[in-house]
Amino acid sequence: MTQATYSGVLNLAAGAFLLAAVLIVWRRELRSIVVLLAWQGLALGVIPLTEGIYQDDAPLITVGLVVLLLRAVALPLLLARAIGTEAHERRESTPLVNTTTSLLITASLTVLAYAVTRPIIALDPSPATRAVPAAFAVILIAVFVMVSRRRALSQAVGFMMLDNGIAATAFLITAGVPVIVELGASLDVLFAVLVLGLLTGHMRRTFGGTDLDQLRELRG
Amino acid sequence: MNILLLVPILAPLVAAALAAVLGWRRLTALVTVLAALSVLVTGAILGSRVGSGPRFGIGNLLRADALSVTMLVVIGTVGTLATWASIGYIEAELAHRHTDRKGANLYGVLVPIFLAAMALAVLANNIGVMWVAIEATTVATAFLVGHRRTRAALEATWKYVVICSVGIALAFLGTVLLYFASLHAGASSGNALNVDVLLALANRLDPAVTRLAAGLLLLGYGAKAGLVPFHTWLADAHSQAPAPVSALMSGVLLSVAFYALLRVKSVVDLAVGTGFLRTGLLIVGLLTLLIAASLLVVQTDFKRMLAYSSMENMGLVAVAAAAGTKLAIAALLLHVLAHGIAKTLVFLGAGQLQATHDSTQISDVAGVLARSPMIGVTFAVGLVILLGLPPFAMFASELSISRALADAGLGWVLGAALLFVVIAFAALVRNGSRMLLGTPEPGSPAIVVPRSVAAALVASVVLSLALGLTAGPLLGLFQTAATLLGGTQ
Repeated sequence: MTQATYSGVLNLAAGAFLLAAVLIVWRRELRSIVVLLAWQGLALGVIPLTEGIYQDDAPLITVGLVVLLLRAVALPLLLARAIGTEAHERRESTPLVNTTTSLLITASLTVLAYAVTRPIIALDPSPATRAVPAAFAVILIAVFVMVSRRRALSQAVGFMMLDNGIAATAFLITAGVPVIVELGASLDVLFAVLVLGLLTGHMRRTFGGTDLDQLRELRG
Repeated sequence: MNILLLVPILAPLVAAALAAVLGWRRLTALVTVLAALSVLVTGAILGSRVGSGPRFGIGNLLRADALSVTMLVVIGTVGTLATWASIGYIEAELAHRHTDRKGANLYGVLVPIFLAAMALAVLANNIGVMWVAIEATTVATAFLVGHRRTRAALEATWKYVVICSVGIALAFLGTVLLYFASLHAGASSGNALNVDVLLALANRLDPAVTRLAAGLLLLGYGAKAGLVPFHTWLADAHSQAPAPVSALMSGVLLSVAFYALLRVKSVVDLAVGTGFLRTGLLIVGLLTLLIAASLLVVQTDFKRMLAYSSMENMGLVAVAAAAGTKLAIAALLLHVLAHGIAKTLVFLGAGQLQATHDSTQISDVAGVLARSPMIGVTFAVGLVILLGLPPFAMFASELSISRALADAGLGWVLGAALLFVVIAFAALVRNGSRMLLGTPEPGSPAIVVPRSVAAALVASVVLSLALGLTAGPLLGLFQTAATLLGGTQ
C-alpha cells in the first residue's frame, strides 16, 4: 500500500465515520439509525485494518477484524433485537430539539472538535492524527444525541456512538491501546450494552414503553 | 510475596464462582464474608511491609504501595461488614417476598464480583487496567441497584448505567490521550500506561495533550465519584440499592473512583504543575458541596439524605485533594475510611427502617431510639460520626483538612466549604432527630433486626470508636501514601 492510498483510505473512513454520526442525528426511525450505526462500525473497523496493512502489523489487522465483527455486526444486531416488534417503539418520540437546530449544533460541535484536538496534531503531525478531529466530533455529537433524545434505545445508540468515537481516536493517535486494555474495554462495552438491552426489556414490561419521560419517580 | 497481591482479587472471585454453582446459602454467604476479610488481612500484611517502596506482582501488572494498601483496608473493612450484614438482609428480603430465589442467587454472585473489581482497580499498575476494573464495577452493580425490580429501582438503574458509562467513557478517552503522550515521551507500547513508567517520564509528557487528558479524566472519574457535573445518578442509585450494597457504593466505590483521580493527579501534577488539577478539583469540589448541601436541606427521604451526605463528603475530599499537602492527603485518607464505616452504620440501619415501614420518607419514621435501641443507637452514632463530632475520626480529619486548606493559602475555599458543611450539619441534625426522637404514632410496627445485621452494626460502632481514639499504625500508612502523592509540607 502506497503512502497516498493509505492516507486516502484513512481519510475516506474518517469521513464516512463522521457522516454516519450526522445522519444519525438527522434520522428519527430507530431501525435506520441502527443500520447507520452498523455502517459507522464498518468505517471504524477499516481504520485499524488500513493501518495494519500499511505497517505490516498482523496483530493490528486481527484487532481490526475483531472490531469489525463487534461494532458492525454484533452490537447493531443486539440493538435491533432490543427494538422489538412494537410499532410505537420504532420511532423516536417528538424530539426535544428540532432537526434543523440539531444539524446546526452538529456543525458547530464539529468545528469545536477541530479546535480541541489541535494539541494532538501539533505533537505528532501525520495522516492518522489529522483525521482525529472527525473522531472527536463523533464523540461530541454522541453526547448531544444522548442528552437530546428521549427513547431509552436512542440513548443506547448515543452511548455506542460515543464509544465508537473513542475507539477511533485510540486507533488514529496510537494504533490502538495495549491489547489487555483493548480486550478489557471491549468486554466492558459489550457488557454495558447487554445490561442496557436487558434493562429496556424490563422497562418495557414495567412501564409499557421506553420513553424516558415516563421516568419521573425519582426527583430531588 | 507476589502471590499476596492476587489474594484480594482472586478470593472474592472464588466466592462468586461458589455462589454461582451453589446458589444463595448461608455457606456461600459466609465464604463471601471470608473473602472480604481476606482483602482486609492482605491489606494489613502488605501495609506492615510497604515501607520499602512499592511491590509489584505478575510482571508489572499489579502494584501495591501505601495508597493502594490504604484503599484495600477500606474495601476490606466495609466489605466484611456489608457482606456479613447481607446474610440477614437477604434472608429478611426473601421472607418478606421483596426478592425471590433467583434474585438472591444473583445478589450472591454479583457482590463478590463487585469486591474483586474494586480490589483490582486499586492494585492495577496499568491505569488502563484500572479503568477496565472501575468500569466493571458499574456493570457488576447495575443489577444490584435494580434488585427490587420496582419502577423506581429500574429508573435508578437506567440513570446509573447511562450516566456512569458516559462518564467512564470520557475517562477512557483521557487514558488514551495519556498513552499517546507517554509514547511520545519515549515509553514502549507495552508499559506506557504503567504508573511507575508514567511517573518516571512525567516531565517529558507533552503539557497540552496532558492537560486535555487530565480534564477528561477529572470529568470521567468524577462521574463515578459523585462529583459535579455527572452527579445526578448518585442519589437515585444509592437510595434504591439494597442496604448493604448502598453501604458498599457510598462507603467504598465512591472513594475507589476518587483513588483513580489521585493516581492520575500524581502524574499530571509532575507533567503540568499542580495548578491545573488544583483549579479543576476546587471547582468541582465546591460545586458538589454546594449542590449536596442545598439538596440535603430540602430532603424528605432518609436514604436520599444519606446519599447526598456521601456527595457532600466526596466534595470535601476533592477540596482536600486540591490542597494537596501531606497533611491534606493523609487527612483525606482517614476521612475516607471513617466515612466508609459510618455509611455502613447508617445505610444498614436505614435498610431495616425501610423494611419495617415499607417507606423511605422521613415523616413516616419517628421515635426509633425508643422503639429499637439497637437501630436507634447505632444510627445515632453513624450520624454523629458524619456530623464530624468527637470522639470519632471524622472530627480529626475535617480539622486537619481545614488546617491544610488554611496553610495552602486557600482561606476563601475553607470559608466556603465550612459554610456548606454547616448547612449540611444542620439538615442532618434536623432530620436525624426527627427520626430518632419524635413521638412514634401509636401502632408503629416493631423494628426487627436480623442477627447478622446487628452484629455488623455493633462491630462498626466498635471500629469507629477505635479509629476515633487512635488511628495507630494506619497513621504511618496514610503519611507514606501522602508523601507518595507528592505532598511535601
